[in-house]
Amino acid sequence: MEIDPFIFRLSIFILSIFIGYYVVWSVTPSLHTPLMSVTNAISSVIIVGAIIAGLAGNSEDTFTTSNILGLLAISLAAVNIFGGFLVTQRMLQMYKKKKDK
Amino acid sequence: MSANLSAIFYLISGVLFILALRGLSSPETSRQGNFFGILGMTIAITVTFLSTGSFSSGLTYVLIFLLIGGLIGAFIAYKIPMTAMPELVAGFHSLVGLSAVLVAVAAFLNPEAFNLGSPEKIKLASLIEMSIGAAVGAVTFSGSIIAFLKLQGIMSGSPITFRGQHLLNALLLISIIVLTYLLCLTQSSNYFWILLAVSFLIGFLLIIPIGGADMPVVISMLNSYSGWAAAGIGFTLENSALIITGALVGSSGAILSYIMCKGMNRSFFNVILGGFGAAEQSTASGDKEHRPVKNGNAEDAAFLMKNASSVIIVPGYGMAVAQAQHALREMVDTLKKNDIKVTYAIHPVAGRMPGHMNVLLAEANVPYDEVFELEEINNDFANADVAFVIGANDVTNPAAKSDPQSPIYGMPVLDVEKCKSVLFVKRSLSPGYAGIDNDLFYKENTLMLFADAKKMTEDITKNL
Repeated sequence: MEIDPFIFRLSIFILSIFIGYYVVWSVTPSLHTPLMSVTNAISSVIIVGAIIAGLAGNSEDTFTTSNILGLLAISLAAVNIFGGFLVTQRMLQMYKKKKDK
Repeated sequence: MSANLSAIFYLISGVLFILALRGLSSPETSRQGNFFGILGMTIAITVTFLSTGSFSSGLTYVLIFLLIGGLIGAFIAYKIPMTAMPELVAGFHSLVGLSAVLVAVAAFLNPEAFNLGSPEKIKLASLIEMSIGAAVGAVTFSGSIIAFLKLQGIMSGSPITFRGQHLLNALLLISIIVLTYLLCLTQSSNYFWILLAVSFLIGFLLIIPIGGADMPVVISMLNSYSGWAAAGIGFTLENSALIITGALVGSSGAILSYIMCKGMNRSFFNVILGGFGAAEQSTASGDKEHRPVKNGNAEDAAFLMKNASSVIIVPGYGMAVAQAQHALREMVDTLKKNDIKVTYAIHPVAGRMPGHMNVLLAEANVPYDEVFELEEINNDFANADVAFVIGANDVTNPAAKSDPQSPIYGMPVLDVEKCKSVLFVKRSLSPGYAGIDNDLFYKENTLMLFADAKKMTEDITKNL
């Protein structure tokens, strides 16, 4: 009997929750703000869906509602991706160790 | 590009995202982690472009929109002051939520593009996943907008409650399930739109009863929601990068919410049901007698600190409001020149989001190995000469340990009262967000410094 591919995706999902659980507990509390901004950035990988919607079935210059929604979502997700990673970078650069004198 | 090959690349970017979070276990590896994150995102976007295979004029538009968003994001990231991080993160969450909604709607209108069947004949599983993604995305969006407005001060931070609030929320949640069921049964788009509208409403109703000081929990919770929304869409798109990321972000936000609730000794539901801070205010104003406090000035504070051998600094939200972190660091530099040992004690819920104080201190060039968490430093207060409390209140209140009647009883607090002397920088004697008096103000060894936190620290530095 064949297993529905959904089950495999569900397995990935469940296992990733466990990975997330252990990985996030090991994050040092002083980096919790960067953690939030970086998780924000990576959750914008939803842009993948936006790109598919934006490009769907479009060979000439006519836009369906679906295309337009996709394009809008691309912009929103891009704000997050660039904003999220850059602000995380900016924060992380500020964390310095005590200089030994 | 074949579907299998792109699936493998999506898996790689999912793994890179895991490494990005793993890097945050210490500040040294964190920058590398962020690089992994960027790499993962680049791979995911590139693969999507290659796998759609249509290099038509549509691609130009996609790139233009990508660029516009990217520029706005980059601009915000460079301009935003560190004190505004909570607002920024709340704002970003709303964008994730809204893009999840838009993608779900796009997929609903044009299911062929996503291999989900055809309009009115969308595959059942996809329809359910899509509804979940859209509903959670909508809740994230409107909830984050309210959180943003509250943090920004556009909307009052005090909780908004009304009769039957919980009943209404419960009914709305049930209606989401019913609507999803009807949608699957009839494939009628009307149900989909109603589902979206109700979800937006729930997000709004869910956050308005929660007070400003509970924002650390709210932000973490919305962080979690944005993850679950992404995962829902990931199932619809059959995309492992999205599923992995959604699960990571979802559990990350959930853990942060848990840590924040624990820092306040309140259950998650207690926070979510809201109203905290509103109920207590009446009792606080009622029986407040005028007890004497010792009022000091910058000179007194400087004198006390100069004669100390160790000082512990306890920052709170007030420091962020007054933007006093740089002035504080200058004061500490002067103290260190006089061979005084200075450390910082951070309470888990200090500020308006997890790790808020740490970022501000890092911005002011405070080395992170001088900054300690509650459990690490709490025993040191007994041996310290001076505790310098700047803009914090409830997190130092000994009533949490001694008074079972207190609304914050049981909350872990910093043992500031064990220090030989305590300096409180505060604008007035007004109680903190919990609306309760702090016995510490009236203690023999406490000196109150009533002033703006930034101005006071600058004055102390001058007097050192």
